[in-house]
Amino acid sequence: MNHLLSIEELDRAAIERIVAQATRFAEVADREIKKVPALRGRMVLNLFYESSTRTRSSFELAAKRLSADVVNFAPGGSSVEKGESLKDTVLTLSAHKPDAIVIRTPWVGAAELVCRWCSAAIVNAGDGKHEHPTQALLDVYTLRRRLGALDGLSVWIVGDVAHSRVARSNILALQRMGAKVTVAGPPTLIPRDIEALGCEVRHTLSEMQGADVVYALRMQHERMTESWVPSLREYATWYQINARRLRPRQLLMHPGPVNRGVELSGEVVDSPQSLISAQVEAGVVVRMAVLYELLAGSHSPARAPLRPAPEPQPA
Amino acid sequence: MMAAMSAVQTLLRRPQPRASLLFEDVHVIDPRMEIDRRLDVLVAEGRIAKLAEPGTLSADAVEPRAETIAGQGRHLMPAFFDPHVHLRTPGQEHKEDLETGTRAAAAGGFAGVIAMPNTDPVIDSAPLLRSLRAAAEREARVPVGFLPAITRGLAGAELSEMAELRQEGALGFTDDGRPVAGAGVLRKALQYQRLCGGVLTLHEEDPTLSAGGSMREGPVSAALGLTGIPSVSESTMVARDAALAFYEQGRVHFQHLSAVASVEAVAAAKAQGARVSAEASPHHLLLTEEELRGLDTRMKMNPPLGCEQDRQALIEGLRSGAIDCVATDHAPHTREEKEVPFEQAPMGTTGLETAFAALHTMLVRPGVLSLALLIDRMTAGAQLFDLPLHRILEGEPANLTLIDLEASWVPGEHGWESRSENCCFAGRQLIGRVLITIADGSVAYRQRSFTLVGA
Repeated sequence: MNHLLSIEELDRAAIERIVAQATRFAEVADREIKKVPALRGRMVLNLFYESSTRTRSSFELAAKRLSADVVNFAPGGSSVEKGESLKDTVLTLSAHKPDAIVIRTPWVGAAELVCRWCSAAIVNAGDGKHEHPTQALLDVYTLRRRLGALDGLSVWIVGDVAHSRVARSNILALQRMGAKVTVAGPPTLIPRDIEALGCEVRHTLSEMQGADVVYALRMQHERMTESWVPSLREYATWYQINARRLRPRQLLMHPGPVNRGVELSGEVVDSPQSLISAQVEAGVVVRMAVLYELLAGSHSPARAPLRPAPEPQPA
Repeated sequence: MMAAMSAVQTLLRRPQPRASLLFEDVHVIDPRMEIDRRLDVLVAEGRIAKLAEPGTLSADAVEPRAETIAGQGRHLMPAFFDPHVHLRTPGQEHKEDLETGTRAAAAGGFAGVIAMPNTDPVIDSAPLLRSLRAAAEREARVPVGFLPAITRGLAGAELSEMAELRQEGALGFTDDGRPVAGAGVLRKALQYQRLCGGVLTLHEEDPTLSAGGSMREGPVSAALGLTGIPSVSESTMVARDAALAFYEQGRVHFQHLSAVASVEAVAAAKAQGARVSAEASPHHLLLTEEELRGLDTRMKMNPPLGCEQDRQALIEGLRSGAIDCVATDHAPHTREEKEVPFEQAPMGTTGLETAFAALHTMLVRPGVLSLALLIDRMTAGAQLFDLPLHRILEGEPANLTLIDLEASWVPGEHGWESRSENCCFAGRQLIGRVLITIADGSVAYRQRSFTLVGA
């Protein structure tokens, strides 16, 4: 594996391998000295065009636990504001020969583009609304730890699917692991033809009691001001996951940060059914596993081949 | 209707010597003239002087002595006409200019093009149009006509001085790049058209439906997390403007159709007696949203590539005549502009150099459309703008293109005539290569590796 750009590019075996590796690293987290020397001397560069303390610190912690050096590059207030293009930013940073670049942007496909310009291992930490593969991997890991195999499991993803890269990556990842996925939310926030990804679509939560896992998505305030939903109050009335809707044996997940009182009631967040803090813990070990898979034992990134631009199909 | 200005003045090109040459033993195919056989064709002083049985004409018959081109049965057609190109002049010459754009046209077999006004500044006043036409008279390799803007600055609010622009040589008007969003404004333009004439040429898009979109709404946009542009953004506006055109008995041409419902709306309007016409681009006729799975920015266009049903409806529309002509919407952008994350990239593909070859390869050769029909639709655009059709007829000015229908080539492999490279057909094996184009009586393009015999 040279890069982690998407769940789309991973098969079940690859996901299983990362989960297994993360499990091994989970034991490290329980020791007093939480470091392994696997990536000592390697450099991981965080290139975050979107502010994100949670994901970035999760990656930073993962890299440091592997003894790698970490450099954070936040383009706000830098040459990017002077109009430097993504390509030029990447070319400049590549001159420092990072071993890996973890990149988060508001733009679909940016991580894949970066592969063409830089021979470092590229990790997509979120590209616009497209994918957030490490989130889906840590979600799968969390469920595996709790439930074992996911085959036949029913997972409902509830909320603003249209704007959610977490949803897209999870729809793919959970299905690859054998689960059945249903997406549910206001009709204005479920993309047309999302069924093409293999999931079912519902516009109410009336059948949700059959789910094993309920995955709630963040409901952002902007969705109301831009008329996607009439009000957050109406959203909460129809879609909020609360003690009335969540059955005792159902597990609750959320990518964070939570909007208490909007997509989740406080009581379910704090209940034993919630896997939310387990997800956060999982984030570090899964990201350790990803960095380890990409870098440990691999040849120096300067010798890795550049990913070519997509070839058009022959006539 | 206002008295038309002299038609000769509406397309302009640089001064070039009038060609005299003999096409010896070429397979002439001109569906309008009902010619489909091998002939000798003599061009003298820029006019088609004689058509005769192969081997019966000699270049010596012409003063001054003409070149002889050994046809070897290769196909001589009326040169094509493209009513929708972006030549990026003035203000965006880093992408294309009048010279490079018309060179690209000639390389694709075109002997006439109409350029769009979404330049910098926008062509919305007579002095700007006059200056641009003067530039075309100095620089253009094939005759160029212009459509100035319907509204000032393309803002969709105030009409441009359409009557004065018409006197200055405007073939019609368009806000292309943008729709005329307000029906009230378009209606006024249709009414004013009764004074000034010209074709109101419409880019159809509802900005409240297309906002933020970068590809067609559908399973691919759902999978990629890209905001999609639904087909109804275009088709509802086509239907609206067809109804307005009928109500005001105006003359309207619909640009770059991309959806089933749009084709249906145009066909229905025609059946009703509305004076409407329509065009489709090679990329919409040949490609679909599936091309975008790899996020290739060369596939990012406006309107976006549709689904397979749309594509089939466009092909059928072209065949039936609901769609009158092919138009490339040649839209050059520089590499820097396109080599950015997909959502940031400008929309558009170049198309002049590949239009015929791509359509020939992917529709004619597999038997979907006949060669005769393709030639008809690639030349028909002139008539829609009240310009003379290119015809292979003794006495007519020579507008001809010689094409080797067996030659295989890869666009972009040896560079482009266009200043820009953003072609959606780049890298594909295409069959059918332009060898020489004669535009308005002068040689406008000769393929570099094509050798002539004699002279």
